[in-house]
Amino acid sequence: MAIASLIPVLLGLMLAPLMLGVINRTKAAFAGRNGQPLLQQYFDLWRLLHKGVVYSRTTTWVFRAGPVVGLAATLSALLLTPLGGVPSMLHFDGDFVLFALLLGVVRFMLIVAALDTGSAFEGMGASREAAFSALVEPALFLALASLAKYAGSLSLTGLYVPLDLAAWAQAGPGFALALITLLGVFVVENARIPVDDPNTHLELTMIHEVMVLDNSGPDFAFVQYTAALKHWIFGALIAGIAIPVRTGNVLLDTIAMVAGIGVLAVAVGVVESIMARLRMHRVPQLIVGAAALAVVALIVVGR
Amino acid sequence: MALLALVLLPAAAGGLAFLIRPDAPRRAMLVCVAIAHACMTAAVWRVSTQPVLNGWIAMDAQGLVFLSITSALFLAVSVYAIHFLRNEQHGMRHDLEEDLLFANAPEAVFTGCLLLFLATMTLVTVSQHFGLLWVAIESSTLASAPLIYFHRHHRSLEATWKYLMICSVGVALALLGIFFLALGAERSGLEGSMRVADLVAQASQLEPAWMKAAFIFLLVGYGTKMGLAPLHTWLPDAHSEAPSLVSALLSGALLNCAFLGILRMMQVFVGAGQQAFAQQLLVVFGLFSIGLAAVFLLEQADYKRLLAYSSVEHMGILALGLGLGGIGAFGAMLHTVNHSFTKALLFLAAGNILAAYRSKSTRDVTGLARTLPATSFLWVAGFFAIAGSPPFGTFMSEFTILRAALNQGRYIVAIAYIAFLSLVFIGMSRSVLAMAQGPPPDRPINASAHESWQAIAPPAALAIVVLLLGFYVPPALNALLHEAARSLGGM
Amino acid sequence: MDVWLNAIMVLLVFSNLILLGAGRLSMYIRCVAFQGFLLGAFTVLAHISDLTVHVWLLASVGTLLRGIVFPAFLSRLLRDSGVRREVEPYIGYTPSILSGLAMLGAGMWLSVRLPAPAIALPRFVVPVALMLIFVGLFLIVTRRKALSQLLGYLVLENGVYVFGVALVQKTPLLVEMGVLLDVFMAVLVMGVAMFHINREFDHIDTDRLSTLKD
Repeated sequence: MAIASLIPVLLGLMLAPLMLGVINRTKAAFAGRNGQPLLQQYFDLWRLLHKGVVYSRTTTWVFRAGPVVGLAATLSALLLTPLGGVPSMLHFDGDFVLFALLLGVVRFMLIVAALDTGSAFEGMGASREAAFSALVEPALFLALASLAKYAGSLSLTGLYVPLDLAAWAQAGPGFALALITLLGVFVVENARIPVDDPNTHLELTMIHEVMVLDNSGPDFAFVQYTAALKHWIFGALIAGIAIPVRTGNVLLDTIAMVAGIGVLAVAVGVVESIMARLRMHRVPQLIVGAAALAVVALIVVGR
Repeated sequence: MALLALVLLPAAAGGLAFLIRPDAPRRAMLVCVAIAHACMTAAVWRVSTQPVLNGWIAMDAQGLVFLSITSALFLAVSVYAIHFLRNEQHGMRHDLEEDLLFANAPEAVFTGCLLLFLATMTLVTVSQHFGLLWVAIESSTLASAPLIYFHRHHRSLEATWKYLMICSVGVALALLGIFFLALGAERSGLEGSMRVADLVAQASQLEPAWMKAAFIFLLVGYGTKMGLAPLHTWLPDAHSEAPSLVSALLSGALLNCAFLGILRMMQVFVGAGQQAFAQQLLVVFGLFSIGLAAVFLLEQADYKRLLAYSSVEHMGILALGLGLGGIGAFGAMLHTVNHSFTKALLFLAAGNILAAYRSKSTRDVTGLARTLPATSFLWVAGFFAIAGSPPFGTFMSEFTILRAALNQGRYIVAIAYIAFLSLVFIGMSRSVLAMAQGPPPDRPINASAHESWQAIAPPAALAIVVLLLGFYVPPALNALLHEAARSLGGM
Repeated sequence: MDVWLNAIMVLLVFSNLILLGAGRLSMYIRCVAFQGFLLGAFTVLAHISDLTVHVWLLASVGTLLRGIVFPAFLSRLLRDSGVRREVEPYIGYTPSILSGLAMLGAGMWLSVRLPAPAIALPRFVVPVALMLIFVGLFLIVTRRKALSQLLGYLVLENGVYVFGVALVQKTPLLVEMGVLLDVFMAVLVMGVAMFHINREFDHIDTDRLSTLKD
């Protein structure tokens, strides 16, 4: 475990809430406002950690365990995520399956905790989340499979390290398609427009926010931080493909990746400002489309 | 030069027709162009012509047969058109079947498109290049679509849309077949000419796999245009909704032109000596078409749809004849002549009936023998001809094809053929003969208005030709048909 | 050069999937226009080793017609007819996308079985051409609006064209021009027919064109 492999983890831990801040500032700039400070998420987390927590009497230990287990699983997934050319702290063959499993655990705990509250809103959000995530997981696997076909490796780090300019010159179209698929996965997993509007205050239209309505205090802080980490993790996966900078110098690679994630955050903000969210029955079509593109990527790469 | 003139004269006249305002000169021009075209065709029979445009346009036996049919039919139809156009009212009129008002297309559009239709069909018959042939066939689809939409109401619009869509898709698939053929030629290291003569000469060097793939697509593509089942679905609608003289041309001339596309590919196969594959497919499609048409003919309530399904049946007979080879190919070529003339005769007679009785239903039309005697005679004679009974020419051609099947020992094919033809005879006779007999309708029908000489002479002339062909095929025609059959793997 | 050709093929597949999954008719027109431009680029790139006037002329006229003239004409028709969305098609959008993948698979299976052409192009070209043909046929069969069927016909012609350019080196210019002209006339005539359909029925649903039957 070289020092270099600590960098992705530390950067993720530190900068994930900043990514949300960038998204919010971009949306504000589009709307002509000044918007929240960039570090607002940190202040929010700090505030929430210092508040008391309120538990409903209908909940059980599951509701208390949910946010904690979710955060733990996300941190473990962060350990597996490479940052472009910088390898992750843990990598072994087949680690992307563990990666998907950990993300699945996060989702599962969120859903179960939401159902545990016994509230109709949370149940509704949970069922939507379950449906969309079930559809999006094959898309994620297919996109990673197409990268694996090119790299010939079965670990996330092994997939991302060879993706330099020469690789793009050779199999660019396939990577572009996998990138588009991962963008679709990003939007669905992180509940951004066009799948879900994070700014909506109508519970009936929510997917993600409604599941965590009853969380408060440190639990809510954990949930927010988990969401930020998920943004970062998927952002790292996307930037790893999109930015083909593999100089071998850890510092340069890291800066390039962080810049890429920043650009992604700005792009997400722009998309959220331009588009409206899709009607609920169109979301599966979007996901299936993304999965179809991943299949085509799988075919095209290595041909 | 004469070949180019055959194409350009109607094309120019068609363009001119859009510009001429008064009706009488335009109709006169239509008939004059038809006569000129027929004369030039007759001249081509006597004088051999030189290939034009680097051999892309030239006349050969099959081309001359189909050109003659087209020209003769067009002449008959143009004379009939005068009667038809004169009787078509201007302005809004009441529909016969439903309670709605509709208008006709402008007569200039109709006449212009008729002439362009003739030009494109002529181009099909003189093309010796697969690409040019494709362009000509697609153009003929486009030129004939406005003709179907002459009576502007929703049913004919539906028929026109189906016709356009299905035929264009079919022809696009045929284009794919042509590309396959070109690919086969290139892969063998040939210089890649798409002229029929070149391909036939080098046919043994073409790769069989590409040739077979090309034939499948060409058969499906041009077969759609020709009306082979199961690709025939546009045919009944288009033929029943178009004006009768347009249906006559569609059935009598256009279907033949599509058949010519398939014939050209057959020539290439014969040149390579590999026609067995193609013949198998043709026999299957042919029998299927005849069988399907026989079934649909049984309870047909609309006599124009009846004639349309009869066209499907006869196209099946053509495919069967070509597929059997030997004397069957000659039978098929003879049958193109017989069927075209007979079908045109029937459609023109049907036009008279429709104008007089104002109904397309076989149940509404009774007592033809008393109300429209001349038309009734032609109608019944045409029925006997199209059902293949002696002494008409169709009997000879259908019997020749039967002989071919028996010669080759293909008894199942022969039995199916006879069975289907009998079914057709029974099915059609019920409807047709019932129309001729029986009491006249209550509404009085003015025979003289509907049986002017322009309405009777063309179908009568066509009937005489078909009758004549039953007894005596002129030696020149006989030789031409045999020459055509020889290049198609027959004798 | 292979990468660019692959990129064009991938974009064609992308546009096909959008065609299958989109619901708005204006999106269809835009996709087909996009395909027109891609086809122009493909024509030039496929013949990059022997760029003659023939190739440039074909590419430019093809791009002009397919990328600009047809979409403009069809957009006008769309605006006149006042229709904006495709009605729920016979095969829904998600199954359509999955069928699109199946068509690509079928194309690949077929291209392996067809004898390989003697030309050095990426092996992805023939499957994509076949996919275009299948997608065109699929759109004609499963969509209800007349405009969708017309666009399906254009996609079918695009597929046949890609096949032709990719495999046949020496198609005479005249034939290609003739084909383009015919497609142009076909679009024109079908457009006029659609205009009449809209005027007659006040809609362009072809599944309501079903009075004629046995």
